[in-house]
Amino acid sequence: MCDQTFLAITFGPCDNCSQNKPLMNIYLKNEPINYCSLCVELMACQGLAKGETIHTLKAESETLKGKLEEERAKLHDVELHQVAEKIEALGQFVMKTRRTLKGHGNKVLCMDWCRDKRRIVSSSQDGKVIVWDAYTTNKEHAVTMPCTWVMACAYAPSGCAVACGGLDNKCSVYPLSLDKNENLAAKKKSVAMHTNYLSSCSFTNSDMQILTSSGDGTCALWDVESGQLLQSFHGHSADVLSLNLAPSETGNTFVSGGCDKKANVWDMRSGQNVQSFETHESDINSVKYYPSGDAFATGSDDATCRLYDLRADREVAIYSKESIIFGASSVDFSLSGRLLFAGYNDYTINVWDVLKGTRVAILFGHENRVSTVRVSPDGTAFCSGSWDNTLRIWA
Amino acid sequence: MSSKMQSSNNIAQARRTVQQLRIEANIERIKVSKASADLMNYCSEHAKYDPLLMGIPASENPFKDKKPCTIL
Repeated sequence: MCDQTFLAITFGPCDNCSQNKPLMNIYLKNEPINYCSLCVELMACQGLAKGETIHTLKAESETLKGKLEEERAKLHDVELHQVAEKIEALGQFVMKTRRTLKGHGNKVLCMDWCRDKRRIVSSSQDGKVIVWDAYTTNKEHAVTMPCTWVMACAYAPSGCAVACGGLDNKCSVYPLSLDKNENLAAKKKSVAMHTNYLSSCSFTNSDMQILTSSGDGTCALWDVESGQLLQSFHGHSADVLSLNLAPSETGNTFVSGGCDKKANVWDMRSGQNVQSFETHESDINSVKYYPSGDAFATGSDDATCRLYDLRADREVAIYSKESIIFGASSVDFSLSGRLLFAGYNDYTINVWDVLKGTRVAILFGHENRVSTVRVSPDGTAFCSGSWDNTLRIWA
Repeated sequence: MSSKMQSSNNIAQARRTVQQLRIEANIERIKVSKASADLMNYCSEHAKYDPLLMGIPASENPFKDKKPCTIL
């Protein structure tokens, strides 16, 4: 098949470690070789410098870690909620389910809003990806993927395509046509290839590039048209479960969170891991940037959500309660960043005051775990998807 | 992988960790008080544009059901 022949150039067994991975085609002494990007980096580090042994390196990494902690602690002069004491507390919130989208035959795993603020794409365990009109609850398109557990789906910025993937280890892009009878599966384009499940995907500011994260511990940036791997991001030591791009004004970075309890901030152009945060006590299920781009929130299996400030380089708030013992699967901010919506495995959605650190509302309605929560692009409502096969729009 | 490969990989991994930590240790940081103040400013500046925070009238929210008009 044409797609696979093309991808053979950029995906296959590495000449060095023999693992099947996305490859970089480089020249060593005029000989073309295909190394995976991890081996390229390792190769660049080979050879011991004078006096270096594994022990000196380990000792140096311990002292550096200590120094990092010290530097971070020096600037920890006050807590966010203390600074926030002087602002007014929020009033009572009344948020109700305004629409229930029924149609999936199995657990809803992921959803995304279209920029037109009314369309939604959602994916589920049974392999179905459905595009809905949230105002009318009508289904506009439906695609059946060849795999189950479609854990990631995303709407293209233009609204003309959706990307999805899961246990097939790939991210596929389906252009949406206005003709309802057209078979969408026929136009499918395989873009990303990982060596384990696809956990999350997101278009960058255009329809041309997709960022993916995978159970193989890496994130990758792909060109949609050619399927070419543009950049890969190594640094997580376990499955990466979630990623989020910085709001467009603040530049080319994204944050990822994974089963190694770390949240990493990456520079998209260089592939460099610029900051790393490890204060959670269990897997990080979801990461989301604060609307200004200066901070991000995480939701984790340790039943807490946390806010990390990028310029202070530390955790600045924890959103937790003794009564909350189930993991948070998904988080999102309201438009101003004052509210944090978090979906939990105990079937509820908790709404937190980001600045004061208190809970302002708890929303009941789903009959199983809440797997995904997203605020609409204009902030008028938010949508939650659940293992009870439905999606709910709250306002 | 042969054991020689593994030990050189371990050294390479350790060196990568050290390089990564050096980069992280050298970034510029600001105080939490300043960072918090900036977060708060952002919130208050944008609060009025946040429909979920402020609540918008049902007539403007496409999801809320509009009350039927009564003619007096």
